[in-house]
Order: sequence, then structure tokens, then C-alpha cells
Amino acid sequence: MRITISPQRLSSEFVRKVEEISGQTLPSCYQCGKCSAGCPLSFAMDLLPNQIIRLVQLGLEEDIANSKTIWLCASCLTCSVRCPRGVDLAKVMEALRLLTLRKNVNYVEPSRIPQEVLAELPQLALVSGFRKFTA
Amino acid sequence: MKLSYYPGCTLKTKSKNLEDSAIASMNALGVELVELPRWYCCGTVYSLADDDLMRQLAPLRNLIRVKGEGNSKVVTLCSFCYNTLKRANLMMKDDQAKRDALNSFLDEEEDYQGEVEVVHLLEMLRDEIGWEAISERVKLSLGGLKLAPYYGCTLLRPQEAAIDQVERPTVLQDLLKTLGAEVVDFPFATECCGSFQIVSNPDFVLDCSWNILSSALRWGAEALVASCPLCDYNLSQRQGELVQGYSEFRQIPILYFTQLLALSLGLEPEVCCFDLNYIDPRPLLKSKGLLR
Repeated sequence: MRITISPQRLSSEFVRKVEEISGQTLPSCYQCGKCSAGCPLSFAMDLLPNQIIRLVQLGLEEDIANSKTIWLCASCLTCSVRCPRGVDLAKVMEALRLLTLRKNVNYVEPSRIPQEVLAELPQLALVSGFRKFTA
Repeated sequence: MKLSYYPGCTLKTKSKNLEDSAIASMNALGVELVELPRWYCCGTVYSLADDDLMRQLAPLRNLIRVKGEGNSKVVTLCSFCYNTLKRANLMMKDDQAKRDALNSFLDEEEDYQGEVEVVHLLEMLRDEIGWEAISERVKLSLGGLKLAPYYGCTLLRPQEAAIDQVERPTVLQDLLKTLGAEVVDFPFATECCGSFQIVSNPDFVLDCSWNILSSALRWGAEALVASCPLCDYNLSQRQGELVQGYSEFRQIPILYFTQLLALSLGLEPEVCCFDLNYIDPRPLLKSKGLLR
């Protein structure tokens, strides 16, 4: 894969917003890959968690937008408790989701969930799912 | 002893088996769980956004209510409620800027500084009552039952909210050993079940279930023991598909630790509401002579 990086990208509004929402210092990550090694959902991800944070560092917003990874994160915090650099990657994932959700774009559309599924799912599944995936 | 108790949404609906067995067991151990009046949803998931305090209001108002009732401690049964209330409370204790902002927004309330202690029932059993006192009350030993303790995420992560060692917890296995059960140590005890992804990507949750359950079976478990209603649902609900998809897979019930505690303390099986378990554990319990 060929990517282009630039000083403008590295200090873009996108990078600044992710740092602001997540409260994390993005350059701390040195790409050891421990987050991806332990992630229980990584088998389903097109980009691995460590690749996501690398793309954020480089300001490559479009590559992240074209990936499903941030929507497969279950906020289980396995990466966060294991990071040797103290980066809370779950917070970075949340910030990336919020950049979309705050544009009033839902990832999950509650009205499209079938009635029988709504009746069957436990309440905490619905509330947490809607909190994570709706605007 | 009386203790303020926060139930949360799912314990009043799908998971009455967790609530009823816990209240009855604690009564038998001399602790009355007094439900917090006018509680409402804790928010279920702690907000991970640093710049949005609105999502902290729900857990915070519950904590303020606990304090308003004159209590300094609140106990939770649901792992999600525990995590959300615990972290909101830690934020109020440790982050002065956020505390000030929230207190000034909540101008109808007295300032809150994180005074209430949020504990999970497993911590109560371990730290306040103690394994020895529990073992003295055991009327029915769970001997012969091979149980895999399953912690999931929210009892253990993040570090500051963990009720035990993050990577190598023992509290559930200590309880189960106290009740006489044989504990199966398996490597997926702290692995995520897929959590709220059940709403958006249920098939990936099924893959997570397969990883966890097949490991427990391989290590010889006859049932999994959990404390979280979402783990219970995710790990149970679609086992039929795993049976069809994998010839070596067989159904394995999920039990709440409180159901086993109640049974072991010799309480009436009705308090366990076994009919609410997604996979009926009664055939297993009967085969071990633990249920008539």
C-alpha cells in the first residue's frame, strides 16, 4: 500500500479533534502491536487496532472512514489495560466513532431493528448499543 | 446489616434470576439489600469521551441519591452497572475540573465529591463477609460440579475499577471453591463476549461465544459461572447454532454466581428462578444430586 503523508496532515484538525475527545497523546504509541494481539474482535476487523492508531497519528482520516474496525470495537478495554505506553486505545476508538455520530449519522438505526429482536434482547444490550452507535 | 442496593434495568426484567437469588442469599448471610428508591438507568456503558459530561449525569444522579439516603456505600449485582457507577464516582473523586463542571450544572443538588463507595456483590462476599463465614453456612456442597468462572470485561477493566487482579482474577473461583465446587481454570475467563456488538454485529458475537465456550468445554467445564446479564445472554442464546455448526460442541449452561450461592446455602430452589436461564441448568444440577 502506498500512502502520502504531509506536515499538514500530521497537524490537521482531524488529529486535534481525536486528541481532544479521547484525551490521549497519540504520538505515545510506538506500534508494538500488543493491542491487536489481544483484541477479541480483531478476527473480524479489516484494519487492526494498531493500524488505526497509526493512521490517526498520520492524519489519514479517509483510510479510517473506509474501514469497519472502529464499529467492531466492543470497548472491552483489553488493549487499554495492556498498552505498555499507557495509551487508552478504547478512548481513541470512541473519539473516532463520535466524529461520525456527532454529524447526526447513526451506525445502528433503531427503527430498523425487528420487533422480535427488540423484545428478546436484554435491556442493557439495547441501551449500550444505542449509546455507542446512535447520534 | 442493611446495605443500599442498585439493581439496574435488566435485573428487573430478563435477569430476575440474578436479583432474586442474590437478595435471598444475602438475607441468609445476614445482609439486607435495600433497593435504592427512585433509581434509574446508570447509562450501562461509561462514556469514553473526555469532552462530553452530559453522559455522566445518569450515573452521578444515582450516586447522589445514595448519599441523599444517608448511605456511604452502594452494592451492585450487574457488572455493567458496577463499572459505570464505579467509574463515574472515581471521576468525581479524582478529576477536579470535571467535578466542578458537573456540580455547577447540577445546581439543584448538594455538591458531590465522590463520597459514596461503589462495590460489586462479589467484593462484599470476599471482603465483608469472607470465605470462611460463607463456608460455615454451606448446607449443600457443590462437590462434583465442574464450573468455569467467567469474568468478562467490566468487573476487571479498566485497572482502577477492577475488583480483582486484571489479568489473573481469583474472586469467582475462590467463591466457587468455598461452595465446594470443582473449579475449571480456562484461558478465556476474562475474554470479552462481544458485548453490545450483539445489537450491530450478532454473528461476530457468536464467534466470540464459540471461542469462550469451546475452550471451557475443552478444559472440562460442565457450566459457566457469570455475573453479567449481557454475558449470560450473548453466551447462551445461540448455542443451538453452535451445536449445529460444530460436531464437537455440546450445550453448556450459564449460571449466575448468586444462583449457586443460594443453592449451596440450602435456600429453596425457587429463589434461583432457574426457568429464566436461557439454557436450563436443572438437568445438570439434578444429575449431580443438587436439585430434586
